[in-house]
Amino acid sequence: MRREALAPWLFLAPALAATGLLVLLPVLQSVWMSFHHVVLFEPQHQPFVGLANYVASLQDPVFWSSLWNSILWVVSAVSLQFLLGLGTALLLNRSFAWRGIARALIVVPWALPSVIIGLIWTWMLDFNLGVLNDLGMRFGLLAHPVPWLAQPNTAFAAVVLALIWQGFPFFAVTLLAGLQAIPAELYEAASIDGASPLHKFIHVTLPGLASVISTSLLLRMIWVANSLDLILVMTNGGPGTATQTLPLHAFLTAWSGGDYGQGSALAVILTLLLLGVVVLRVWRAREEFA
Amino acid sequence: MKKRVFRLLGTELPAILVLIFALFPFLWMVLSSLRPNAEMDSAPIALLPNVLTLAHYIELLRRTSFLQNLRDSLIVATGAVTLGLLLALPAAYAFSRFRFRGRQALRIQFLVINMFPVVMLILPLFVLFRQLHLLDTYFALIAGHATFTLPFAVWLLTSYVDGIPPDLDQAAMIDGATRLQILRLIILPLAMPGVIAVAIYLFIASWNEYLFALMLAGRNVRTVTVALQMFIGENQIQWGLLMAGGTLVALPAVILFLFAQRRLVGGLTGGAVKG
Repeated sequence: MRREALAPWLFLAPALAATGLLVLLPVLQSVWMSFHHVVLFEPQHQPFVGLANYVASLQDPVFWSSLWNSILWVVSAVSLQFLLGLGTALLLNRSFAWRGIARALIVVPWALPSVIIGLIWTWMLDFNLGVLNDLGMRFGLLAHPVPWLAQPNTAFAAVVLALIWQGFPFFAVTLLAGLQAIPAELYEAASIDGASPLHKFIHVTLPGLASVISTSLLLRMIWVANSLDLILVMTNGGPGTATQTLPLHAFLTAWSGGDYGQGSALAVILTLLLLGVVVLRVWRAREEFA
Repeated sequence: MKKRVFRLLGTELPAILVLIFALFPFLWMVLSSLRPNAEMDSAPIALLPNVLTLAHYIELLRRTSFLQNLRDSLIVATGAVTLGLLLALPAAYAFSRFRFRGRQALRIQFLVINMFPVVMLILPLFVLFRQLHLLDTYFALIAGHATFTLPFAVWLLTSYVDGIPPDLDQAAMIDGATRLQILRLIILPLAMPGVIAVAIYLFIASWNEYLFALMLAGRNVRTVTVALQMFIGENQIQWGLLMAGGTLVALPAVILFLFAQRRLVGGLTGGAVKG
């Protein structure tokens, strides 16, 4: 009997050990570093500094611009990914001859490494040789070539565009799976009641998708808020700090600046912000069920 | 007739537009990798090339260390698959077959791990691996990748093990099999489709990963994503070379993803769709 009680823990031990050592311990170390003066060039001198790293972070105007960029980045990219993904899912749920091929190929952007996505878009957005400037001029949309990644406003939009491209297949595919799980009888019943397509969408499709939507939005939001490799490859946060988001700011502070203490403080702030959103979400979900 | 026109304009045309949006950048990369330099050094670049050449691929493999980078990526990804499955399968078995205190909390804890920003983990891991003299080794990357993908792997595998009737376990136990034997001789073969899907997920995740590969390695062990990014840093960007490298890295990921797509998406949405 006692052996049976121990058994699950033996099976869990390797996974728990790995997570403890490579996730939880580093998290604690990050928190520790955020309260200490830890600079790359002074490994022997790491005094406790209280909240100094946090205060310094909050007093830095780059922190606030990075926070604002992060909010803009998450809201614009996730909402546009979602809308495009939902539209795609609705299209791919209808019947047409080559639907199977379309459903398979739509995932291609999702399968690619962020680094390569960054490369492709940097190449397509190139000032001199980029195909987007070329096509824009041919179709009369642009009067002259635009240095997309060299101007603050267009650089931000360009990075968001690349991120939308990377992420919309995730929504298309998960929402399509959700659509297929809605029973056909619901639509038939709505038809008998004389519901218009719009009514069916609002009263059958959206409620049927609700749980998939909220789960996929939350997962995607966390992922987008944490991701920095695409920006790192395309702009490295520039020009200036125009495309610098919070995780990138933390990364650059620690890595290029050599200030591990403040970089950790920034990472902790980011984690707390995300945790806040998740807790709020879970708490509201509980209320809905109660 | 009218219905057909409607379907063409209302469904097939928008579907084609979406598909063009999804595929054009990818195809543009492949096309750029096959163009001779002469067609790429001055604007405007013709949409369709006059000549196709493998020159960039040959130069990439002969003149740069890219073949070595591909080998490093392959070793790391294969290692991450092996270690990931060794960690995840027993954990999934425990979650599926045992009812114990803290089970639910642990399952949630595994998901919460996904929430921590990589930037938060990467600095302490860098310090840790440096102290252990494991920086810039295959092991550092394999351990990092396997652990970071563990939550999703455990989640997916648990649902696959749940699908195998516990009666089989009971029967084997009556015959005197140990739990480990049951896992190896009954669960593993029956869950094989799920195990393969998870293996593919682990492989792609590790193959595509950049930040760990940059921070925990990069000199002796340099994966393809880090190598490609370093090409950009050079003064004169050679786009043909870069696009050839990008294509070589992208193809395995895309092919594997298409192969495992249905199972992975089923696992991803399983919980949400059922609920």
